[in-house]
Amino acid sequence: MTARITTEEAIRASGGRALIGYLPAGFPDLATSIEAAVAIAEAGCTAIELGVPYSDPGMDGPVIQAATQSTLERGFRLEELFEAVAAITARTSAPVLVMTYWNPVLRYGVDRFAEQLAAAGGAGLITPDLTPENAADWLAAAERHDLDRVFLAAPSSSDARIDRAVEASRGFVYTVSTMGTTGARTDVDDAARALADRIAARAAAAGTTALRCVGLGISTADQVRDVLTYADGAIVGSALVRALGAGGVPAVRELAASLAAGTLDGGPADAAPAIAPSSTASSSPQKDASA
Amino acid sequence: MTDAPAASLRDHHGPWFGGYGGVFMPEPLMAAIDELAACYEACKVDPAFQAEFARLSRDYTGRPSMLTEASRLSEQAGARILLKREDLNHTGSHKINNVLGQALVAQRLGKTRLIAETGAGQHGVATATAAALFGMECVVYMGEVDTERQALNVARMRLLGAEVVPVTSGSRTLKDAINEGLRDWVANVDSTHYLMGTVAGPHPFPEMVRDFHRAIGEEAREQTIAMTGGLPDAVLACVGGGSNAMGIFHAFLDDADVQLIGLEAAGDGADTERHALSIERGEPGLLHGMRTYLLQDGDGQTLESHSISAGLDYPGVGPEHAWLHDIGRAEYQPVSDAEAMEAFLALTRAEGIIPAIESAHAIAGAMRLARELPGSTLLVSLSGRGDKDVATAGRWFDVLDEDARQQ
Repeated sequence: MTARITTEEAIRASGGRALIGYLPAGFPDLATSIEAAVAIAEAGCTAIELGVPYSDPGMDGPVIQAATQSTLERGFRLEELFEAVAAITARTSAPVLVMTYWNPVLRYGVDRFAEQLAAAGGAGLITPDLTPENAADWLAAAERHDLDRVFLAAPSSSDARIDRAVEASRGFVYTVSTMGTTGARTDVDDAARALADRIAARAAAAGTTALRCVGLGISTADQVRDVLTYADGAIVGSALVRALGAGGVPAVRELAASLAAGTLDGGPADAAPAIAPSSTASSSPQKDASA
Repeated sequence: MTDAPAASLRDHHGPWFGGYGGVFMPEPLMAAIDELAACYEACKVDPAFQAEFARLSRDYTGRPSMLTEASRLSEQAGARILLKREDLNHTGSHKINNVLGQALVAQRLGKTRLIAETGAGQHGVATATAAALFGMECVVYMGEVDTERQALNVARMRLLGAEVVPVTSGSRTLKDAINEGLRDWVANVDSTHYLMGTVAGPHPFPEMVRDFHRAIGEEAREQTIAMTGGLPDAVLACVGGGSNAMGIFHAFLDDADVQLIGLEAAGDGADTERHALSIERGEPGLLHGMRTYLLQDGDGQTLESHSISAGLDYPGVGPEHAWLHDIGRAEYQPVSDAEAMEAFLALTRAEGIIPAIESAHAIAGAMRLARELPGSTLLVSLSGRGDKDVATAGRWFDVLDEDARQQ
């Protein structure tokens, strides 16, 4: 078990220039998915998003759908997720967030899931189809087990909905770059910049700050660089999944390294404040995971 | 997160039906859902909207639909069987009721493009029809498996000007068509209305779709009283997502003496693993933006459903049905492929009415109930006609010529 830092600490330690890499748990098999996650952390990912393969992934585009579907077809079970989180956190200090649709958590038991995730050393959850108004059980469990909860804000979100996402999130606010599903795009929507600014403004109006990591459609170092001029982190998924599927761990490591180059040059337009605000502050002690 | 039940079951509205329903959607779609819900609330109390919907229902759909006494079938069954003839609507099923209502809502929202999922193709055909009538673009998502077993309806949709997109993900059936439709919606939400075809999905869909089908039960209740002098002993309808059932049940919800029976597709049989018995064999969970009974494994993965009838091949069910089941107001029973096909032939031969295989599940339920309640009056929702199923039935009963069998 390596020393643990929270997602927020990791993003702030990156100077507000975080790269977050998504990979599905158990794809193409459990051992490879663990190696791949460790490899992208070593190659420069600030944090890892580990996706739970799900039968009805409404927010995912074709690349992630194909990967998770093949993982389910080979017999993926949730136990593998906790095994993967424990194995990855034993080898890297990068926070491991789990990205999951809500029904698997509901079926497993919200508190039981949270407890197992914390025990495995996981940092928290990103919940694409759970909005704050339905999240009372999860928020209580996250509080009990000191886990991050990352909610989404979208270009279409009203100010009131952004306020709710800012208030309920801990770790960062998942800033949806474009109206659509996951997948590489040639240009990341201007909507992403506008949304990141709105989130910052709404947080300021509420007397707090919010870290904003932009996801959906980012696949190149240039896009990472561009996103980091107005946000605190860039999230890459489909491109990494495609690389892993096509070229295995060496390919995904190489791509992560090239994406990480996008985090190095220049300073962010408005770097994350060094002092953690109260709403997203995390004073969690370092935890030992024994899985 | 439940609300107190309304004094009348008929007055109950979303987003919650007991602990079922709600809105469990990705954030990018929440603005569209909120906009839709607000627009529908306004439409509900707008006399001009209601008048236009009534006019279309009368002049385009052909409402009210008839109530037909199935005399020869009744004689065989030992009970009086009345058929609510939604098969006689324009496009051949009940689906057009909801489609016209939602197309009006979409028009009011300023949307120019309709997208829909379809299983058997009836909802897709109805949506393509409404799109033609309203001058809107139309894309229909259909599981690849279903495009093969419902090829005629695919051709109908294309003739009407719709683009039909075969869905190759997941189980390649209705649930995956809904997933793909929702993905389209999130990418095109400004121009597009997602026209959900059943009483499922996030609020306001279950309530709105039910309301657009309420005429089925309201007409049938009056027609039954006029024909028999009283209420039926039971009302029966097939249940996949459950829109025709909710439409016919609704008028009878407060008539405590009237049994409401939904027939779910048992596929190969209730004792096998190949069925679509969402209520009988499912557990509460989340699917397509709602909390409801669904077929799922221990990890919360949705299981594939199976039915000879594409329109019932759905692993979930509308939240109002889940609630009616829990409070004991409606009962849900299985009907296997074999029982449904036997009833299909029985109705066809006794009355000269070829039903949709979906509707044949309700006929099978009525034949079974007649044995338990001889002499009773049974009102059956004949939700659609069987033209689309002739090839399937022809193969089942081995009445196709060799050439047709090859197709």
